[in-house]
Order: sequence, then C-alpha cells, then structure tokens
Amino acid sequence: MNIPRDFRFTSSHEWVRIRNNIATVGITDYAQNQLSDLTFIELPAVDDEVSASDEVAVVESVKAASDVYAPVSGRVVEINTRVVEQPDIVNRDPYGEGWLFKIEMSHPEEIDDLMDADQYEESLPEEE
Amino acid sequence: MKTPLYSAHVALGARMILFGGWHMPVQYEGILREHLHVRSHCGVFDTCHMGELEVRGPHAAEDLDRLITCRVADLAVGQCRYGYLLHEKGGVLDDLTCYRFAFDRFWLVVNASTRQSDFEWIRDHLSPSTTLEDRSDALAKLDVQGPTSRANLERAFDVPLPDLGYFRFATARLDGTDCVISRTGYTGEWGYELYFPAERAAGFWEKLIAAPGIRPAGLGARDTLRLEMGYPLYGHELGPERTPAGVAQGRFIDLAKPFVGRDPVKEELERGPREKLVGLLLDGRRAARAGAEVYAKEGRVGVVTSGSFAPSLDCAAALAYISAEGANPGQMVEVDAGVTRLKARVAALPLYRKGTARGSRIERHD
Repeated sequence: MNIPRDFRFTSSHEWVRIRNNIATVGITDYAQNQLSDLTFIELPAVDDEVSASDEVAVVESVKAASDVYAPVSGRVVEINTRVVEQPDIVNRDPYGEGWLFKIEMSHPEEIDDLMDADQYEESLPEEE
Repeated sequence: MKTPLYSAHVALGARMILFGGWHMPVQYEGILREHLHVRSHCGVFDTCHMGELEVRGPHAAEDLDRLITCRVADLAVGQCRYGYLLHEKGGVLDDLTCYRFAFDRFWLVVNASTRQSDFEWIRDHLSPSTTLEDRSDALAKLDVQGPTSRANLERAFDVPLPDLGYFRFATARLDGTDCVISRTGYTGEWGYELYFPAERAAGFWEKLIAAPGIRPAGLGARDTLRLEMGYPLYGHELGPERTPAGVAQGRFIDLAKPFVGRDPVKEELERGPREKLVGLLLDGRRAARAGAEVYAKEGRVGVVTSGSFAPSLDCAAALAYISAEGANPGQMVEVDAGVTRLKARVAALPLYRKGTARGSRIERHD
C-alpha cells in the first residue's frame, strides 16, 4: 500500500499535505482502492469556512458512497475541479493529481491530532 | 457457499462479496471496465450459484403452467421463457427461466438465494406423477455475454455454434463435454448461458478467460448492465410483498391460464397497477440508492429500488416504483439523497437502447 512518508492522515482515510499555512487534502490510496472506480465527486465551495471533522465532500463509486471530512479547520481556498469532471484521476493518482481541496488553516495546531504515515499504516487492516 | 470457481476468482485478484449466501466476485479489474467490455466485446460471468431444478413427468407441463406466470404448454422443445413464481396473494417468490428439453422434461433456472424455498414450494405443488430434482450442485453455469460472444466462443472452443434464436437453446459439444447452450442472459447484449457438469467448471473458465476478446466480469458489472436494461433483480425490484403487475406492463404474465396468484395479479392489471417500475435518469453522476424516496410536485410518489452510476449512459440511473399517474416518461422528479435532493427524469425502459441481445438490429416485439 502506497503511503507518502511526509503526509499526515486521518482515521477516515483523508491525507493532508502542509505547505506554509495551506493544507492540501485528498483521499488515501487505501480509500480509493476500497471504493474502486470513482464515478462522482462533490467538493466544497471556495471560501467555505470549515471545522475539523465537518463533512465537506462526497466521493462515490458504482457500489459505494463515502463522505470526506475536513482534517483541519479553516477556509477553503482552492478546489480541484478536474476531479469533478474526471473522478478516475483520484483512482490513478490519489496523492498527486487527485487532490481534492486546499484549506487555509485557522488552527494549525490541529495537525498534531493527525496520524503520521507509520501510525496510519498500522491503523489499516492486514491485507487479505 | 463457494462455486467451483472460487479459487480461480481469488487467483485473479477478484474482490469477493457475499451474495445470497455465496462468495462471489464483485469485480476483477474494475466494474466500469468490465461493464464497457461486455457492451463492446465479451465478458464471462460465473453464475454457478444459480439453481437448476429439473421437473419431469407426463403432467409436468400442466403442473408448471399452474405454478408460473408464463405459458409453458406451448413452449417448443429447445425454447425457454422468463416468468415469475408467485404465492397465492400474487407476491413474487422468484423470477426464473423455464426451459423445455422434451415433452415431459423441463428445467427451471432460479435465483441462488431462493433456490431452496423454490424447491420446497414447487415440490408441494406438483402432481404425484411429476418429479422434481435439484441439479444445481452437479451443474456449472457460465454466462458469456457481449456482441462478439459467438465469434469468441467459437474461437475459444474451435467449433461452430448452432444458430439459435433469442430464448432458444440446444446441446453442443464443447471441449469434449455436452453443454446446454442457451441464447439468453441478463445484460442486454447478445450472449449465451452455458450449463455443463460442475467438474468441468475450472477447465471451461480457464479456456474462456484465456481466449482473445473474452474477459472475466463480476457481479458489479452484471448489476450495472441489468440496471441499464431495466431488468428486475430479485430482492430489489421483486419480492414477496409486491405482485409483478407493475413490472414491464404485465409482460411475462399469461392471464389466459390459471396459476397460483393469478386472481390478485389479474385484478391489479385490469384496474391498472398502483405503482409501476420505471427508469430514472439522474441529472448528474451522483447515484440515487435503493430505498431513497422519490418526490414530485404532489409529494412523495415512490421509492428507488436500485441505482448507481450507469457506465453506458454516462450519468446516474435508477429503477423506482412510482405511483402510476406520475410514471410517465419525461416527468421530472426529485430523489431524496439525505443531505440533498437529486433531480431526475422518468424514462421508459430499457434505459440503454443499443443492446444487441435480440440481434444487431433493435427490434420492438415481445
């Protein structure tokens, strides 16, 4: 399972990459693999104020629908409209081109509540 | 329970789910790709979990005519017909296909989850001279579906296949084994259902998936394919609490003969079913899921029974029971998806109209 070492993670399978005060958010490789072919993505609007663990986006596959939660609080400053048009980008490149939205953090200390790569890896069920 | 192909699916990396008590592959390389490959080329589905019940005896045809909604007496040898098994109040115990092998010998091909209850129900309703045998464990079933199925099968087994009309079947010798090959399926595409001894399952499977053009397809694609065709799935569109009168304008029901459950179904068809099964085309790609309520200007008008993204329509699609007055194609409705309401348009079935099941031309007849 592909897990970038310098990202942070939530137990609901979002990843976060921090640059300065901006948190880029997506769903993990594990999450996209569990969902399989994504067919629909709904993103928050730019300028939405969100709190950590708010439901802010939706990802759907043929068989399943899943909410995406804000890992940190702040203001949505950018969304990836390409994945709305082509949800399979998230399947192909969940940690890169398949990012979902960026949050300008209002409480940067919330990062400390997120898992690092080792913790996230350990939290995943054993592969069958 | 496991089909004879369980380990073959696992070896292919299939994602397995429990379906009607059976460990079945939901997908191999992905539902979307498998779906589109069946629409454009050919897919093979493990359907060994389905049941085959053999009914024999001089009064078998009469007994079956009294038990299922379609007409059995005038089936030709080598012909099969789709129908419903009902209880006295008209609710659906199963949907099935009835095959005639001889004047006095039939198969009923039934759903996996209802196989045992069907067997008991049918056994208790037969004449003393009619025998019933559950042959499901001894028989494997593979569905080969898609517009190139015939050429792909002929190449895989290096034999010409018999010319078969839609819902006709024959015995063919494939790889040294006598198989029942039936021009039927549940995808809307030209294709076959193959029945043969269970011990040949793995050999046939390997041969088919190794053949050029044929790819394995799982239950996920089977579900999206049948959804686009508006074919009902037992447990979703069909069940014991509802008669089949609202499905397909009462097709597959022959009211001219007596059968268990006929009177309530006849009454409902004559006064017009209260709810009809219709297609919904959603405004976007977000799916309406089973159980979601459907609303029109006048309030709640129905409920979604199946729904997902429809790969060949490039939008989300659903099947729903809608009150008859609102069940007109073009009618705009909204589906309650929890946090939001999804706009949808009522559409006639099938939703996908380029299927090749009946032939390369689209023909309009029953």
